[in-house]
Amino acid sequence: MIYTLCMALFFIGLYGICCKKNLIKIVLGFIIMDYAVNLFIILIGYRKNGIAPILDKTMDVKKFALSSVDPMPQAMVLTAIVIGLAVTALLVALCVRIYERYGTFDITKIRKLRG
Amino acid sequence: MERCIYLILLPLGGAFIIAALNAVVKSAKLRNIISDILANLVTLAAAGIALASFGIKGSYSVGAWPPPFGINLVADGFSTLMLATVNTIAFCATLYSVNYMDQYTSKRHYYSLFLLMLAGMNGVLLSGDFFNMFVFIEIASISSYALVGFGTEAEELEASFKYMVMGGIASAFMLLAVAMLYSSFGVLNMADIARAIAVSPRATTLKFPLFLFIIAFAIKGAIIPFHAWLPDAHPSAPAPVSAMLSGVLIKTLGIYAMTRIIMNIFAADVTGLAPLGIISIIIGMPLALGQTDIKRLLAYSSISQVGYIVLGLGLGTPLGIFGALFHLINHSIFKSLLFLNSGAVAYRLGTRELNDMGGLNKVMPITGGTSFIASLSIAGIPPFNGFFSKLIIILACVKAGHTGFALWAVAGSILTLSSFMKVQKLAFFGEIAEQHKKIKEAPLLMSVSVVILAVLCIASSFLLLPGLRNITLQPAVDALLAGAEYAKIIK
Repeated sequence: MIYTLCMALFFIGLYGICCKKNLIKIVLGFIIMDYAVNLFIILIGYRKNGIAPILDKTMDVKKFALSSVDPMPQAMVLTAIVIGLAVTALLVALCVRIYERYGTFDITKIRKLRG
Repeated sequence: MERCIYLILLPLGGAFIIAALNAVVKSAKLRNIISDILANLVTLAAAGIALASFGIKGSYSVGAWPPPFGINLVADGFSTLMLATVNTIAFCATLYSVNYMDQYTSKRHYYSLFLLMLAGMNGVLLSGDFFNMFVFIEIASISSYALVGFGTEAEELEASFKYMVMGGIASAFMLLAVAMLYSSFGVLNMADIARAIAVSPRATTLKFPLFLFIIAFAIKGAIIPFHAWLPDAHPSAPAPVSAMLSGVLIKTLGIYAMTRIIMNIFAADVTGLAPLGIISIIIGMPLALGQTDIKRLLAYSSISQVGYIVLGLGLGTPLGIFGALFHLINHSIFKSLLFLNSGAVAYRLGTRELNDMGGLNKVMPITGGTSFIASLSIAGIPPFNGFFSKLIIILACVKAGHTGFALWAVAGSILTLSSFMKVQKLAFFGEIAEQHKKIKEAPLLMSVSVVILAVLCIASSFLLLPGLRNITLQPAVDALLAGAEYAKIIK
């Protein structure tokens, strides 16, 4: 169920990127898509009623391994969030510069390239 | 193997030092000189290390953490071949930048981003871990997005935004695929995943991540129908960056990552790639022929030349892969050379429009001569390298029983010849316009760098000689053909 919602979020982001005409909305679509992927990674490591992956001296290692959530995806997500931040910052900076040059955020009016 | 890690550390450290120069050196002029020298030293050292690393085969655990827990770097025949190509081109591009980048402000930031991009590419080539590969791909991509928009003119910003959105989608797809692989196998190490796939090929759950990987790398490698960003992004970047993007970036992030994952990790069938290559060849070339902006023409021709590489790889035969890798090296040499030459012309003339040029051979003999060599190479005229690699790919097509593919490849080659004859005729031969008679040859370092590349154009034909072939190209072909044997490098 929750995986389906996560996939839906991903496609909402993709829809935003492909179909919206405003630069800022495209950036927002990008952020939504990025967050859907991050959510997916966290869900992989999630375990219902799991405990935090911190090994205490009083705990039994085997029991700990059976009940804790997987810490690896969490480490991955931290990195992915930082990368997403860098990309978003650069995208927004580009939007500001494009606005300075063209005076609009509408991509149908930003058409100096033929590509 | 230990020295390979400096290929990542040196550019990364160099980028940091150049970016931080502001705090130490007060004079802007001095800062530029220091960053010129430092960037060139770093890329020279990296090229030296990369050229000396042929034949290395092994893995290195970063921070002495053993593979499944820590990050490991892996080198084999394929990655050493790519490393040598990438770092050699990077050295020529930085040498060229010393004069060329004077037209832009903040040269220092340019070098910093350039070295970051180089570090990212070397990281992708050495990475033996999926997530680590993703991080390095992002480092290389983000710095290339910034470099495409470096001039901050309207077109450049627009191209950069377009490139960034496409690249961002590709990265999200790749991250999704990596997450799916992690959920199936519980490890991120490429060798461990390759072993697990070889033991229990759970075909249905693996098809979707493989599909996502192929789309992601096809976008990064600009294979038609995912090419929309390339003809805008490559011409908009400063010339040395275009040379890096067209020459090596699309091959490292696109072709290398794709073939490594399909052939060595999934050990999947590659024959589906050959039609993609053919489509790229036959759509890319007529589009190139119709352009009158010299850099756009070169960008479209990159798409079709990458088509040849994908075609050769997609045949899956030893000869096809050999031809594809040979064409990959050759294309990075002559396409960088052509982009650097187009930059030299734009530097002196201030235009990229072919119809405004003409007779430049008289005033810029070095630029004219080297681009003549490069045009002949890319068109596939006998003594030059492009001829041999295209011939091998076409022969491999015929040998594998795909005569139709061979015919299309020949047709693409003829169109390449005609589009580069057009460049030669309009830009370098014919009558010179009155206002261009006082133009001088490109500055010294720019000329030195293009001459190095022109010599390499001829010299790389000698890679076919058995002695050189056995230490450079053959190990790369063997590494790809070995399939999941790749995992054996890591104990």
